[in-house]
Amino acid sequence: MERIEVLKTYKIFIGGQFPRTESGRYYPLKLKNNMTVNVSLSSRKDFRNSVVAARAAFSGWSSRAAFNRGQILYRIAEMLEGRKEQFLEELKQLGYTATAAKKEVEQSIDRLVYYAGWCDKYQQLFSAVNPVATSHFNFSVPEPMGVVAILADESTALLGLVSVVAPCIAGGNTCIVLASESKPTCSITFAEVIATSDVPGGVVNIVTGNRKELHAHFSSHMDVNAVINCNAEKDFNKTIGENASLNVKRVFTWNKNWSDEKEQGPYYITDLQEIKTTWHPIENIGVSGIKY
Amino acid sequence: MRSKTKQKMAKKEAKKLEYFTDWKYAPSPEATDHIRLQKQYELFINGKFVKPNSGKYFDTINPATEEKISSIAEANDKDVDTAVKAARGAYDKTWSKMPAKERAKYIYRIARLIQERARELSVIETMDGGKSIRESRDIDVPLAANHFFYYAGWADKLEYAFPNRHPKSLGVAGQVIPWNFPLLMAAWKIAPALATGNTVVLKPAETTSLTALKLAEIIQESGLPDGVVNIITGHGPVGASMVNHKDINKIAFTGSTNVGKWIQKAIAGTDKKLTLELGGKAANIIFEDAPINQAVEGIVNGIFFNQGHVCCAGSRLFVQESVADEVIRKLKDRLETLIVGDPLDKNTDIGAINSKMQLNKINEYLKIGVNDGAEMYQSSCSIPKKGFFVRPTLFLNTSQSHRISQEEIFGPVLAVQTFRTIEEVIEKANNIPYGLSAGVWTDKGSRIFNMTSKLRAGVVWANTYNKFDPTSPFGGYKESGFGREGGLHGLMPYLKF
Repeated sequence: MERIEVLKTYKIFIGGQFPRTESGRYYPLKLKNNMTVNVSLSSRKDFRNSVVAARAAFSGWSSRAAFNRGQILYRIAEMLEGRKEQFLEELKQLGYTATAAKKEVEQSIDRLVYYAGWCDKYQQLFSAVNPVATSHFNFSVPEPMGVVAILADESTALLGLVSVVAPCIAGGNTCIVLASESKPTCSITFAEVIATSDVPGGVVNIVTGNRKELHAHFSSHMDVNAVINCNAEKDFNKTIGENASLNVKRVFTWNKNWSDEKEQGPYYITDLQEIKTTWHPIENIGVSGIKY
Repeated sequence: MRSKTKQKMAKKEAKKLEYFTDWKYAPSPEATDHIRLQKQYELFINGKFVKPNSGKYFDTINPATEEKISSIAEANDKDVDTAVKAARGAYDKTWSKMPAKERAKYIYRIARLIQERARELSVIETMDGGKSIRESRDIDVPLAANHFFYYAGWADKLEYAFPNRHPKSLGVAGQVIPWNFPLLMAAWKIAPALATGNTVVLKPAETTSLTALKLAEIIQESGLPDGVVNIITGHGPVGASMVNHKDINKIAFTGSTNVGKWIQKAIAGTDKKLTLELGGKAANIIFEDAPINQAVEGIVNGIFFNQGHVCCAGSRLFVQESVADEVIRKLKDRLETLIVGDPLDKNTDIGAINSKMQLNKINEYLKIGVNDGAEMYQSSCSIPKKGFFVRPTLFLNTSQSHRISQEEIFGPVLAVQTFRTIEEVIEKANNIPYGLSAGVWTDKGSRIFNMTSKLRAGVVWANTYNKFDPTSPFGGYKESGFGREGGLHGLMPYLKF
């Protein structure tokens, strides 16, 4: 007799845990093999829980050694490489051709490795010792903004999400991501990759649901420091911009073709950084000229 | 009068720490049964282990026991030529054509393999070189892995490191490394060279070839294309042959200032690029407002780390006069607690001197110090009868003109001077041909920054000492060499624009 396959319930990812939405709601997603997935239709409350988790994780994550963050991002890439086949299959079920699926997964892995490398390098490029005229040691360094709310790219199942989450957490931020509404399954499987990559719970939170419903909450929450919309939606962008002004969130519209190799770089990290300048006096006694 | 003096003395003695108790450390030796070593090691050329043209081998011994560990191939000019040809071939055919992000993946693999085999590497490092297992386990090996991991990430980001300069690789790099941090120095050399797209011929020091050869095995396992890294073993002439080879584009050398000067002269008039990381005689400066107990730890770490076989060792101590008595008393006390002995024992602070030759050199300097009129103080600890060991040593009442205050000893020997003013100590600290590193101990931040701007040294440690990180540039001023290793700055010596 033929063995019957065990199907997976797709959940959401908050604080390192996999709950279903607190609302109990769902939306059906028909796969290419004619099976249906009941995707969590996450609520405002799910989002608010995610922000609590992200804020709680921020202190620990941002104070990790940059090198350690690099190792963890590299670990995500290792885990993703190991589960490549699973992603290829899932992408096919979402309508990707075999070639497109392979490209998407491999680019996602390489992008994670790319940003793993940046974790302990962008600081040297974007910090400065400022030659002030007074006798002070004056330096400026980038620091992570905090909690970032991300409306992920609708058109890709994995690469768009990875391309934004990687620079965000590489720089020490924590985030809440709303997955692609039409292609949500890969995002949740990616959450399983994150959950097994030594990423502390709450650093990355992924919810599925309706962008029209959630974008206002993503942009109005008072404990979110920045909001990124990866889609070209003029009407949403106006609401997001207005809501952001409530607590002066930094707003970014990253509507990019993520499969372009040029759409990666340290500026995706530094967009989500603040610059901190420190002044410290320099005692000015001792030999006037250096003789040796 | 007399009884008063006696009372005073009793008071003074009461302050002294008591060591004649029964509290002893039980031996805690690291196991060696898990390591994999061969009886004989060949040269690593073009991805394979090959016999040397000379047919000759030399012994590598454990300096703590004087027992032979393995036989190492002795390369000659012909082998050097074969290795350079292999490196050139790999550069032309594969390495320079490979996309940078794929190049990075090989370097990441090497980093991961070092991490996976960290315990084995640290045990071999300690057996072959004499350094305490605590140091090879906690410092040398993890830092080596981290160095590869760090530079792997740079491979596809060079355009950001040097905007508008279009960095290009040089070609074949010839790298000669010392015996004090064998694996770590190999990592410092190989990782940035590969990340920037060069291929490598590396020669480890003759007393410490083993971890470099284990690294060769790791490189083989990583699948790195043949010839990208070649590791050839032997004595001084092998290095000289590399320096003089016509098809090498870059020489990177870490070692003594004398050899460095010879190399600079030898390549004069050629297009070879050069990096030199040479000797040092660092000033470690203690101001009266310093946290004294921490400073004493810093002094000990500064000079006794790795038996003092450290180019950036804090080998000249300058103590402000007002706290000199206290610092020296505490330093002597601390010296008594240092455990000298079996490097494989996890309690050992100071392991074996790397070689008989180095032991003789250190002992020679002890004589010179005494003959020059400095006051020698040594820990009363016992040292093993077999193997090469030196008691931790202080020289008090030294002056700037003493040879022990001017020359690099490369052993656990500290020359102590006192000073009164900041002018005086800056003058004394800088008045030396070396300029690799310095230490400053004070509670005043403004003084730290004053000192860092006035000290002529490539690295200044403030309220700490002997700290290293892949992101932090390391290298010297003046006769301590030129070029930097580590960080963004460590890429530059391997690139042309």
